[in-house]
Amino acid sequence: MSEEFRYQLWKTTKWTAFYFAVLVLCVVSIFPFYYAVLTSFKSGTDLFRVSYFPDTFTLENYASVMTQGSFPLNFLNSIIVSAIVVAISLLLAVTAAYALARVRFRGRGIILLIILSVSMFPQIAVLAGLFELISAMGIYNTLLAVIFAYMIFTLPFTVWVLTTFMRDLPVEIEEAAIVDGASPWIIIRRVFLPLMWPALVTTGLLAFIAAWNEFLFALTFLSSNTTRTVTVAIALLSGASEHEVPWGIIMAASVIVTVPLLVLVLIFQRKIVAGLTAGGVKG
Amino acid sequence: MTLQAAKMADSASQGLGRQVERSDLANQRLRSALYFLLPMLLTLAAVAGWPLARSIYFSFTDASLNKLGEAHWIGFSNYFSWVTTKSGKTIYIGVLSDPIWWNAVWNTVRFSVISVVLETIFGMAVALILNADFPGRGFVRAAVLIPWAIPTIVSAKIWSWMLNDQFGMINDILLRLHLITDKIAWTANDQTSLYAIIMVDVWKTTPFMALLILAGLQMIPKDVYEAADVDGVHPVKQFYRITLPLVWPALMVAVIFRMLDAMRIFDLVYVLTPNSAATKTMSVLARENLFDFDKFAYGSTVSTLLFLILAVFVILYMWLGQIRFDGGEKT
Repeated sequence: MSEEFRYQLWKTTKWTAFYFAVLVLCVVSIFPFYYAVLTSFKSGTDLFRVSYFPDTFTLENYASVMTQGSFPLNFLNSIIVSAIVVAISLLLAVTAAYALARVRFRGRGIILLIILSVSMFPQIAVLAGLFELISAMGIYNTLLAVIFAYMIFTLPFTVWVLTTFMRDLPVEIEEAAIVDGASPWIIIRRVFLPLMWPALVTTGLLAFIAAWNEFLFALTFLSSNTTRTVTVAIALLSGASEHEVPWGIIMAASVIVTVPLLVLVLIFQRKIVAGLTAGGVKG
Repeated sequence: MTLQAAKMADSASQGLGRQVERSDLANQRLRSALYFLLPMLLTLAAVAGWPLARSIYFSFTDASLNKLGEAHWIGFSNYFSWVTTKSGKTIYIGVLSDPIWWNAVWNTVRFSVISVVLETIFGMAVALILNADFPGRGFVRAAVLIPWAIPTIVSAKIWSWMLNDQFGMINDILLRLHLITDKIAWTANDQTSLYAIIMVDVWKTTPFMALLILAGLQMIPKDVYEAADVDGVHPVKQFYRITLPLVWPALMVAVIFRMLDAMRIFDLVYVLTPNSAATKTMSVLARENLFDFDKFAYGSTVSTLLFLILAVFVILYMWLGQIRFDGGEKT
């Protein structure tokens, strides 16, 4: 064999192996969701016949998920909770991040240390105390309970990411405004907010996803069908008996819950990746 | 910084017009910083500080779910204690003498270590693929994000359907490939249930790990590799001698971060294998004692112990990650 031929062979093998790895990666990543979509379009006995390509099509499962039971309400609850959580945490975080990133004062390091520690808390560690507090406030089994509880993970994360973002902006951008005698509130609104839209969109989106996916608090603090969020609703979807699990309906609900997230994630892909690596948010 | 403020205040008191203005300005900034921080700090105190303190307090009491107000201080009895019966036999009580607790610890540790090791290996492989230049990279990058974007509960449901013993596609494929002869009840069988959970967790979290490692990979200057190529260094050797050492700090931070997350796992276990002793983790044990078994104090003790264990990891993370707490000027 000539040297040239051996080199070509080695190169071809290398690329084949590489593309095979890429193929496996794509199939493993995409297949489970594809299979969920496939299952959601099946009903009756078709469900219990394994197939890998679409051969039947029915919207029955989607129809029953949207009309029977409280799923539409749960979906609405999730949207309300996630949106309010994002709004409150961004509002609190922007001002706090300004103070932490742009004003020099004593104790700033300790506050940042506390914020980072809280973001790494196991949620279970506060569950008992939160339950007592939420019961005492009279908001048990209302959306307010989870909106309040979710602050424990969205707030530290948004403050941390926005602080690192603001810290890296040059001093000069504020100087003119300070010389003009603008108050800090005006500076935030006029100088920083216009610059911060990208960071706000990213952190807001990640906070939204975190709130949308949360399970432990929602399971513990919401106890009736009408107040639950979608994750708990899906987890508790069950048939009359253990052997009659309505897989078609569960998969339809799963698809409905996941598609909005997938669309958001794919649209804002780059921003999300940047935000993830900046804040190390839980997946 | 405070020195500077003090100096300003000092010169201000001497009545220098210009300085007075600056001092007022500095004070105004400090005051508004306080007002800006206060709502955030109060919220954190209410949602994290106070509940944490109460949870720890409950672990030293005999609290029960319906009578939280009547909890009495009982010291360390929930943790470890013993009573001697009249016949002279010593009975140990408390979480630390409970085999159920140690079983949960063992499950959690096994789950965390195995899944984080696998996630690191696969995450590294995926990161290397995404770091290479090839047509279709954009598509692959998007595809890899899908498992991460699916809510944990949903992926648990999808996988429990795929792993279903009678109608699941995993058994179907394995049967067709003649890898197994009988259908396996992946989530119901004590031998396989923990591995089923590990598999789902690895599937879901590898993208996150890959992205963190990828960020580290992209920091390595390209000319290092060019120099190695010129010297004819084998790609495998390049990986061990250049890539791995340079990406190591980022890798360690990612590993500890994932460890923290894995140790508190709850959702996957709760949905995939409800009420199974073979997979019960510390978080699941804590929650069922708190709200299902009416052993509120016992549950608080478990959650406090988990908190202490994770605190060690948090300290490690901050130390190894060399996190900047100065918040301040760029240097």
